[in-house]
Amino acid sequence: MRRERKRLSVFTRRALVAALGQASLFGMLGFRLYRMQVIDGARYATLAVDNRVSARLVAPPRGEIHDRYDTLLAGNKPHWRALLMVEKTKDASASLAAFSRLIPLDPAERQRIAHAIMVHQPFIPVLLRDYLSWEEMARLAVNAPALPGILVDVGTTRFYPFGPDFAHLVGYVGPPVPGQLAGTPVLNLPGMRVGKSGVELQQNQPLTGQPGLVRLEVNALGRVIRDLSHDPGQPGETVRLHVDAGLQQLMATRLATEQSASAVVLDLGSGAVMAMGSTPSFDPTLFDTGVPARQWKEWVTNQRAPLLDKAGAGLYAPGSTFKPVVALAGLTSGAITPGTHFFCPGYLELGNHRFWCWNHGGHGSLDVTSAICQSCDVFFYHTALATGIDRIAAMARRLGIGAPPPIDLPGFDPGFVPTREWRAGQGKPWTLGDTVIQGIGQGFVQATPFTLALMAARVATGRVISPRVAAAVGAETIAHPPAPDLGVPEPYLALVRQGMREVVNNPLGTAYASRLPDSNMEMAGKTGTAQVFDGPQNEDTAQLPWKFRPNALFIAFAPFAAPRYALSVVVEHGNEGADAAAPIARDLMEAVLARDPASRSVAPGSVPGDPRS
Amino acid sequence: MIAAEGRLLRVAAFDLTRKLAEINWFLVILISALAGIGALSLYSAAGTFAPYAKPQLIRFAAGFALMLAIALTDIRHIARLAWPLYFVSLVMLALVLRFGSVGLGAERWLSFGGFAVQPSELMKPALVLALAHWFHRASWERVGNPAFLVPPVLAILAPVALILKEPNLGTAVIVLAVGASVLFVAGARLWLFGLAATLLGVAAPIAYTHLHDYQKARILTFLDPSRDPLGSGYNILQSKIALGSGGLWGQGFLHASQGSLDFLPEKQTDFIFTLFAEQFGFVGSLALLVLIALIVFTAIAIGLASRHQFGRLTAFGLGVNFFLYAFVNVAMVMGVIPVGGVPLPLVSYGGSALLTTMMGFGVLLSVQVHRDVEFLPQRQEI
Repeated sequence: MRRERKRLSVFTRRALVAALGQASLFGMLGFRLYRMQVIDGARYATLAVDNRVSARLVAPPRGEIHDRYDTLLAGNKPHWRALLMVEKTKDASASLAAFSRLIPLDPAERQRIAHAIMVHQPFIPVLLRDYLSWEEMARLAVNAPALPGILVDVGTTRFYPFGPDFAHLVGYVGPPVPGQLAGTPVLNLPGMRVGKSGVELQQNQPLTGQPGLVRLEVNALGRVIRDLSHDPGQPGETVRLHVDAGLQQLMATRLATEQSASAVVLDLGSGAVMAMGSTPSFDPTLFDTGVPARQWKEWVTNQRAPLLDKAGAGLYAPGSTFKPVVALAGLTSGAITPGTHFFCPGYLELGNHRFWCWNHGGHGSLDVTSAICQSCDVFFYHTALATGIDRIAAMARRLGIGAPPPIDLPGFDPGFVPTREWRAGQGKPWTLGDTVIQGIGQGFVQATPFTLALMAARVATGRVISPRVAAAVGAETIAHPPAPDLGVPEPYLALVRQGMREVVNNPLGTAYASRLPDSNMEMAGKTGTAQVFDGPQNEDTAQLPWKFRPNALFIAFAPFAAPRYALSVVVEHGNEGADAAAPIARDLMEAVLARDPASRSVAPGSVPGDPRS
Repeated sequence: MIAAEGRLLRVAAFDLTRKLAEINWFLVILISALAGIGALSLYSAAGTFAPYAKPQLIRFAAGFALMLAIALTDIRHIARLAWPLYFVSLVMLALVLRFGSVGLGAERWLSFGGFAVQPSELMKPALVLALAHWFHRASWERVGNPAFLVPPVLAILAPVALILKEPNLGTAVIVLAVGASVLFVAGARLWLFGLAATLLGVAAPIAYTHLHDYQKARILTFLDPSRDPLGSGYNILQSKIALGSGGLWGQGFLHASQGSLDFLPEKQTDFIFTLFAEQFGFVGSLALLVLIALIVFTAIAIGLASRHQFGRLTAFGLGVNFFLYAFVNVAMVMGVIPVGGVPLPLVSYGGSALLTTMMGFGVLLSVQVHRDVEFLPQRQEI
């Protein structure tokens, strides 16, 4: 019994020790529970809400782009895509087989779909085919009962009704590139598009709108249980442009007669860009849906550069279209006067070099007006020498060439005018010969069709015209302050305008053939034929290979009496400005004058291509 | 002495109705309350009776009858079954390695004509009974002889090794701890435990290299749950979030946002405590802990009240077993110790565990009912 007592006392003692240990472990659990639920409870509750609620941004529909008469230039088109909801079908492969009988799937697609079915949760839809045609969509809809688990979903694609006609001006959209994603979570949304060029890029912010926010209750697998709140967001604003779609179409058609050309038409009253185009062009819709590799290769290797907006970024020696700048620089600086005459023997001799006039026979004695009219090179050689390059450059910038382009579009090139300083920066002295050829817009000077139109507009009005593309964003009209005075004395401008008038309307003028048929309306203009390489002059340039032919240019404004429109046309390697560019300019000017709102009120709908007809 | 003799005789003669009256009904109420909380939690796990709560209640009813039947069985008959039961369990454990079906990556189940048994569940009470039987006849001096301890230590290590091989680290550790605790109260000398702890300390790093990748991952994610928040650490992290968000008073019955939205993994089995704690908060879960503690301490009290060593060791061993299960489970869902498929007894969904737990309580009650029976060792060694 003593032994039993010893055993019992050991058991009792040790059992109590064990019980104490267990009690303290329970105490530890209780304390831990207190810390988690009472002290840190609020923090865990927040984590729990984070877990439960998934806030999803909803892509807002992108704003539309309209022309001045509210014709749709860029909109959103629904596109259909076929999805497979694996959990809604008993046999996914049977549904897939039925689907492929209606819409054949190639092996690569099958593989992608099989993989997607395998890796995704059954409630995540698997994309079978994107960009279904209307016919394919209808075929699926009709056969829906035989296609369990397959549904047709609607996405949106950017839609450009005029296709290539507005490709450069309106631009295009595409998925955002990683650099654009910073700080803008909305861009991470699938299907979100951003403007890549043109108006789409410039007005991207109002066009984008505000993303909606949907708060969803989700479970651990991400399956949506219910909507907690739904904010549809703010659709993008409609951006209305000054452009006239009918005129733009006409321009596109007219430019398409040339291999590579561009044109700009400006309204002198408001500074509105009425039309601006570049040919060849491209289908901007492809950038949203995906550019086929072959198409892309064709675009980037094409010498006619379809992707380049030549109207805003194409750089050309302005040739004789630069002569009004030289004339105004000479007149304002006093280097020449309205009465100054220079004799043209067909060339200018400087040192031992002979600078030819285009007319080797010579023009005889000319004043500034007739020199512009007949585009005498020798007169402007003399004027340039008398004026000096720096004063020519200053006048060019004042008229819009070589200065930051005043336009609400991205990617416009200012063009270029050389100065002594610039040349010195290159470590080369400025020579008189350099000055001579700047006088006829050759050499270093470069202009874009836009800056040429701008120059014509400023010469025509004597005001600092700043063209605008966008007229209104949503309901808000964009204010466009009246253009300030150019600061060039009116008599000098009048001389130059008179010269430009005679270019078109004087039988001696270089563009007499392109005068307006309506004798009550006079167009003033200036031809340009710019060499693209230093070849022997006065050769028959039409026989040269295309890319060595001179560029043909023309600038104009009309009506002469009260100018309302200015334009420029550049036909790459079009040979003679008078032959290739001037007729296009005449047709455009005729059209824009006919479509002028003043004349529209008389006979609405009587104009071909009028959207109101 | 004479009074005791008389009482022994009296007890030996008592009939079934008298035995029923002797049953510690307080413990029975505690057990039923815990099972009730289990049913409530299982109901909330699904939102309906159908998938979990109903079958669990039916099993509890069956287990309850089994418990009472065992409670009324003479403890001496049970003692005779101790070693046979142990060896049957051991054989089953060996069989489960060969023929067992796979559940959650571990081979733990044996199927007998549609009835699935988890041999490791059966092994725990069987080991306690076998050890109690071994030490029932051992004096303090006898226990002091290391050679006498070799068979029981082997009896502990054999199932531990088999369970580790399944692999089920959590259950293996529990079985080892239960065996050790019985050795402890049976009077094994303390230096032996010191030696065992030292050996374990040396062996653990070596053992770690032999662990399964998922077991290593559990230990690593336990040490740093944010290491892999969507992988192995996900369970612990989500469990802590759900548990913590319960706050002081809880989200309310059936308002467990985390549990009902499936963020909580295996909520009806291993993580049932979290589900309960999210709904009933600190107050509710503390009450649950107190309930479990009361059952454990009642078991130890029954041991202390037993007049024979077999009853003492059995009651204590069963109490510790229950305690360890509950503790490991609760500590696991709180992120205190690594996750390892250990259910919360009586609360978690699962028939095998429920039935063996109820059998254990039956044995415990039998010890309590038969605390005063004359139960001398066959070979007198005291």
